[in-house]
Amino acid sequence: MSLLVDLVLVVLILMAAVWTILVRDRRDAVIAFIVLGLLLSLVWMRLYAVDVALTEAAVGGGATGLVLLRACARLLPVEAEGRLPGPGTQIAAGLLSALAAAGLAAVVLHPPVPYPSLAALAAENIHTVGLGNPVTAVLLAYRSLDTLLEKVVLVLALIGVWALTPDAFWGGAPGSLRARHASGALDLLARVLPPFGVLVSIYLVWNGADHPGGTFQGGTVLAAMWLLVMMAGLRDPPGISLKLLRRLVVFGPAVFIAVGFAGIWMSGWFLSYPPDYAKPIIVAVEAALVLSIAVILGLLVAGPAAEPPKR
Amino acid sequence: MIPAQVTAPDGLLLILALFLPAVSLLAIFVLGLRRPERIALPTLAGGLVVALIVALQVGHSGQAATYRLGGWLPPLGITLRADGLSAALIAMAALILFVVAIYARGNFGSEPDGAESRQPMVFWTLLLGLATALNTVFLAQDLFSLFVALELLTFSAVPLVSLEGSRETLRAALRYLLFALSGSVLYLIGVALLYGAYGTLDIASLHQVTRADRATSIALGLMIAGLMAKAALFPLHLWLPPAHAGAPAPASAVLSALVVKAPFFLILRLWFDVAPQPQPAIAGTMLAALGAVSILVCSVLALRQARLKLMVAYSTVAQVGYLFLVFPLVMGSEAAVPWASIGWTGGVLQLVSHAFAKASMFLAAGLIAQAMGHDRIDDLGGAAQAVPISLAAFALAGLSLMGLPPAGGFVAKVMLLTAAVATSNWWIAVTILAGGLLAAGYVFRVIGKSFAEPAKGAPPRNAVARSSELAVLSLAAVALMLGFLPLQPFAYLAIGQGGLP
Amino acid sequence: MNAPTLYGLCAAALVGIGLFGLILHPTPLRKVISFNLVGCGTFLFFGVAARRGAGAGFAGDPVPQALVITGIVVAFAATAVAVALILRMLEAGVATMDSRPEPPDDLSP
Repeated sequence: MSLLVDLVLVVLILMAAVWTILVRDRRDAVIAFIVLGLLLSLVWMRLYAVDVALTEAAVGGGATGLVLLRACARLLPVEAEGRLPGPGTQIAAGLLSALAAAGLAAVVLHPPVPYPSLAALAAENIHTVGLGNPVTAVLLAYRSLDTLLEKVVLVLALIGVWALTPDAFWGGAPGSLRARHASGALDLLARVLPPFGVLVSIYLVWNGADHPGGTFQGGTVLAAMWLLVMMAGLRDPPGISLKLLRRLVVFGPAVFIAVGFAGIWMSGWFLSYPPDYAKPIIVAVEAALVLSIAVILGLLVAGPAAEPPKR
Repeated sequence: MIPAQVTAPDGLLLILALFLPAVSLLAIFVLGLRRPERIALPTLAGGLVVALIVALQVGHSGQAATYRLGGWLPPLGITLRADGLSAALIAMAALILFVVAIYARGNFGSEPDGAESRQPMVFWTLLLGLATALNTVFLAQDLFSLFVALELLTFSAVPLVSLEGSRETLRAALRYLLFALSGSVLYLIGVALLYGAYGTLDIASLHQVTRADRATSIALGLMIAGLMAKAALFPLHLWLPPAHAGAPAPASAVLSALVVKAPFFLILRLWFDVAPQPQPAIAGTMLAALGAVSILVCSVLALRQARLKLMVAYSTVAQVGYLFLVFPLVMGSEAAVPWASIGWTGGVLQLVSHAFAKASMFLAAGLIAQAMGHDRIDDLGGAAQAVPISLAAFALAGLSLMGLPPAGGFVAKVMLLTAAVATSNWWIAVTILAGGLLAAGYVFRVIGKSFAEPAKGAPPRNAVARSSELAVLSLAAVALMLGFLPLQPFAYLAIGQGGLP
Repeated sequence: MNAPTLYGLCAAALVGIGLFGLILHPTPLRKVISFNLVGCGTFLFFGVAARRGAGAGFAGDPVPQALVITGIVVAFAATAVAVALILRMLEAGVATMDSRPEPPDDLSP
């Protein structure tokens, strides 16, 4: 019976995916993509991966969709999409894709028995970090290198976006995110929602140690509140050379690296934690990371500077 | 799985190799300096020292240096490991990055009022990003960490291509980004399939358990296809020439010398350390065939280029093609293990000597363009008088590309030729020789034009910094020094191969 | 046929559809969307591995879940950089990768 629910979800998802690819208007494609993201969050819930569901909804559907929508708004609605390739190429592409999909499907249909998993190892060691949420344990303990490197990736992406600023505008602020048509509803949301958003974000991070949640989810909610405020025009985007801004961006990764080196002194290995203090240290690192993630995500959406710096 | 309480000192250097540049780039980001090279240069010097110490320790102990992050053992945790090959490559990368940094000092104009400006800040932070990324690729032993490292590499490299901000470079950067992302996602699908089949992503663990079944073959096929796109192997090479030619000269040098080699290194790792033995011969032959086409087609295209930087960029695609010839040469050899074969050593030496030679060439091209005010090959008359040191370096580097003694490229190509003849791959031998001839063609074309009389009424030449010219010459000199290595498989490259000690 | 296998087939289809879009569309923005689609399929493969690897008191193997979270953020960063490049190309008056050079698009009013 429950398989029926899954089947319906899969059909909806594939419909959204096909629509995303085939529809002519690019804005429709982006909206279909956002719908796909939200449906995928439901799929993650069905797969009992709540942390991932939160992240997909927040970052995959939400933040990515936002960036794509803003791009659509600035590109002409009906422009020369460029001619699609001829039928020969289309058929070849279709065959190649179908072949790839078939190969992958064949792999899915023949899983190894018994199915390999690291769940047992993760469970055995989770007491040494004192966390209740195994995904957080993986992200911030077992595989913390990936998470740390990924923060560096985010900072580099931000530099990459800022690199596209015209030279004269370096240090200025990104273009106003203010919505073109003044809306009472947007204004109301931007005044009422942020305090709750901040609370939700704190809850997600604090709770993420033992239950689903974590830095990315909390950070995205925080970034969303900031973006909301900027879109309603209640605050202007900050200049990209603002000292405070730069410090907030660097704060999270810097704390993480510092804790990493401290780990050598405290318990012998880079990014290791002393058994009794693991959880407080991890939560502290997460708190620092949340601030940086929020600022970086917001800035990635805002884009490069679009006006000269205010002197 | 319980973390041990002991720190391995040589392992700690591996951490520094990864994070020294990262800390430095964060510092530049937050300090808003007018001259970020004040932080970047010492950091890259430090990185060079660390890499050399690691290389020496690995050679001295005869064992790979290993570090368990957080103390966690694989398959749960991530390991860093410097075997002979990795140690040699991080030393190569550190040296090239350092010399390029010396060349690039003061290259990017700064604001008179002491404020931070765009080009210096972006260039130096991304150069440090490349340092972290390259070291992670060479040292990390986990397939997903390698994915993150590839993304680090992409995000550091792409904005460097469009640093100047002109239309062509923006288009080249976007094309590069799209190819790189497509390659990354194919790689990631393979990682997902491998995890689903084996429950581990640690290279050493996978080495022991991989079997030749459908899931593994599809996974490795996808991963290698994605990495081929990133290494610009024919026919997925279209993005490289405009991207490497459009970047500023120091960035082009690092892109061609180092960034494009990292995906190839990963293909080597996947092929020899992850794939179940014995690998299918047909796959190796296919890779070599594509490599051969790369060499021949792109060498001819290099001959036909009007602009110097584009010529050097096409040459990069051609020389990277040589690397892919390695697979049938190693697999068909009679050596007991792959890394004992002369083909393996030849391939690695080709990688290293091309890195130094190509870095030198791009920097020389940058100085020539700076002196002449343009980089049209046909109008380079008088360059020999204007920038003699740069042109000499260009010629020396060209020796390596052509495969003439005493350059490192000569030794590399002789090793590959020996391996080709020994394994009866005559078509590979012919390709190597043809590639050398074509390289001679495009190198001598530039040198010939540079010695010509300058055109009447040509604009006056600009001066170039002496330190930059010496930097260029030093890189070419290293490419030459590699030519004094003996013509036999290196024991150094065999350290730590074949599984964890 | 259980739920994870069904979602695995869905993932395979997503990858195929995304690949088709990646090859088909000439404009960079649609290519970026297709790349994200392939990414979604890839993450779903990890998710299937996670659910199938449930055990030791967990409803799913936590390691692939963590990998997906990292991957989603990386994909977002990639999209942001790509979009910034596309918009900057627009301002510089560059035609997109595969269409004929045309006069600069006007930004919408």
